[in-house]
Amino acid sequence: MTNQELQKTANEVRKGIVTAVHAAKSGHPGGSLSAADIFTYLFFEEMNIDPKDPKKADRDRFVLSKGHTAPGLYSTLAERGYFPKKDLETLRHTGSYLQGHPDMKHIPGVDMSSGSLGQGLSAAVGMALAAKIDKKSYRTYCLCGDGEIQEGQIWEAAMFAGAKKLDNLCVIVDNNNLQIDGPIDEVNSPYPIDKKFEAFNFHVININGNDMEEIRKAFDEAKATKGMPTAIVAKTLKGKGVSFMENQVGWHGKAPNDDEYATAMSDLEKAGAAL
Amino acid sequence: MSEVKKIATRESYGNALAKFGAEYPDLVVLDADLANATKTGTFKKAFPDRFFDCGIAESNMTGIGAGLATCGKIPFISSFAMFAAGRNYEQVRNSIGYPKLNVKIGATHAGITVGEDGASHQCLEDIALMRTIPGMTVIVPADDTEVFAAVKAAIEHQGPVYLRFSRAATPVIYDPADLKFEIGKGITVKDGSDISIIATGVEVSYALEAAERLAGDGVKARVIDMHTIKPLDEELVLKCAAETGKIFTVEEASVLGGLGSAVAETVAEKNPVPVHRIGVYDTFGESGPWNELMKKYKLDADGVYEQIKAKL
Repeated sequence: MTNQELQKTANEVRKGIVTAVHAAKSGHPGGSLSAADIFTYLFFEEMNIDPKDPKKADRDRFVLSKGHTAPGLYSTLAERGYFPKKDLETLRHTGSYLQGHPDMKHIPGVDMSSGSLGQGLSAAVGMALAAKIDKKSYRTYCLCGDGEIQEGQIWEAAMFAGAKKLDNLCVIVDNNNLQIDGPIDEVNSPYPIDKKFEAFNFHVININGNDMEEIRKAFDEAKATKGMPTAIVAKTLKGKGVSFMENQVGWHGKAPNDDEYATAMSDLEKAGAAL
Repeated sequence: MSEVKKIATRESYGNALAKFGAEYPDLVVLDADLANATKTGTFKKAFPDRFFDCGIAESNMTGIGAGLATCGKIPFISSFAMFAAGRNYEQVRNSIGYPKLNVKIGATHAGITVGEDGASHQCLEDIALMRTIPGMTVIVPADDTEVFAAVKAAIEHQGPVYLRFSRAATPVIYDPADLKFEIGKGITVKDGSDISIIATGVEVSYALEAAERLAGDGVKARVIDMHTIKPLDEELVLKCAAETGKIFTVEEASVLGGLGSAVAETVAEKNPVPVHRIGVYDTFGESGPWNELMKKYKLDADGVYEQIKAKL
């Protein structure tokens, strides 16, 4: 797909995010919107996957370690054809398969259950290790939050991945700079993120994570990198695409009311038309 | 009993992994810098390409195990019970239990038989913690023979399994030719009609000794090896309740939430008979040679016998 087609798709993904969270009356729009371009690139361009055969053996794997941004993942999966987009409106409802956090047992396209922060990267490392053991060529992608990397287990996993030279693993840090209690550097700064991953023997790429061309180049570079895992530190805008949510810490985990929803969808309609 | 062969169940665990490694090519083993103590080092020697040392990072090891399982591997992750179940509880719950992944947790050095290392390393709560996780199977083998059977059963079982092993050398009570092991089916190792002693792990051999001494006092004690704490063999527990009345449970673990609790829950709801729980009573352990500690905490054959006599 061209960058413009991907941007248009990402805009549709964003509509799905706000629609799902609005219908759920709770959930996490901010970090879903910031990562929408990365989600879109991974599932529409980068990964070897088949929505008709979600469990195919040689598929690339994806772990959403920042599991609270499930609306971003679900909207992307729906847009890609894993399940009907209409189902997004059942997010977090009693009896829905679209659980508040990713549930691999019931959601097509979800390779790992997640939600308890810090644990997803370890699972992704296990998947990458399995590929190495079996000499398979599939790759594993793991999206982490920039607040999430305050969890110590992330660095246990990074140490292992670097030490074992898992070059089939690509970690993406959604660096939107905000967590629940405020800006990450005010809460407990994980900066410099790039230097930390470098110290753990990762190849590190810094990009604007809301720029499709930079995303494309980063994933191409990651794939070409041998002998070490790659970490893409993606500078993003939390709430990207919805005017009143952008860079607002309050929209980390809050649903828009009906009026706010209308404004959000209008913002996204205009953005889509301009593309 | 002096001529009885003794071997620590952790030792058997390492041997069993090495034995089954050839038969099950998807079997992989992870450790967290304790391979010489947990005895996974035995597997490492036999299958170095399928052994991964995660270093002192048990949480990450747990997650790696989960990821390997999603790709069709059968990972055994090993550490001391304190870390495998205690430190790791939430990782086991969320990364293994909730997605029902096919990870086997081989926890060694459980209970006070850890000995000299003391309370910080003597996990008494692991049975209680693990049995609260939906879908988790919890097995505590009694001897060398049973470890081999339990490890094989765990490999064959689809889903998470917690296996609890001891550091201390314990008597071999089963002949491999005779042992019929099935997950969730307790074994009647000695029949009796007056009381039932339901024991698990290292306590099974002590329970047998205690039962022999009780026989000298004219008390016919039935001894059950309840190797699977979850799913509990409720049918056998209720049979004991119906046929012998009074039940004693014996475990080298906290009485809060362990085998004793599981048996008491079943009996209280379905056929109330007196249940006396023998184990560690709401306290931490301490340093000392393991056999001295077992005496002090009344969990050796003498202690079990005395505790039962006091409640007859």
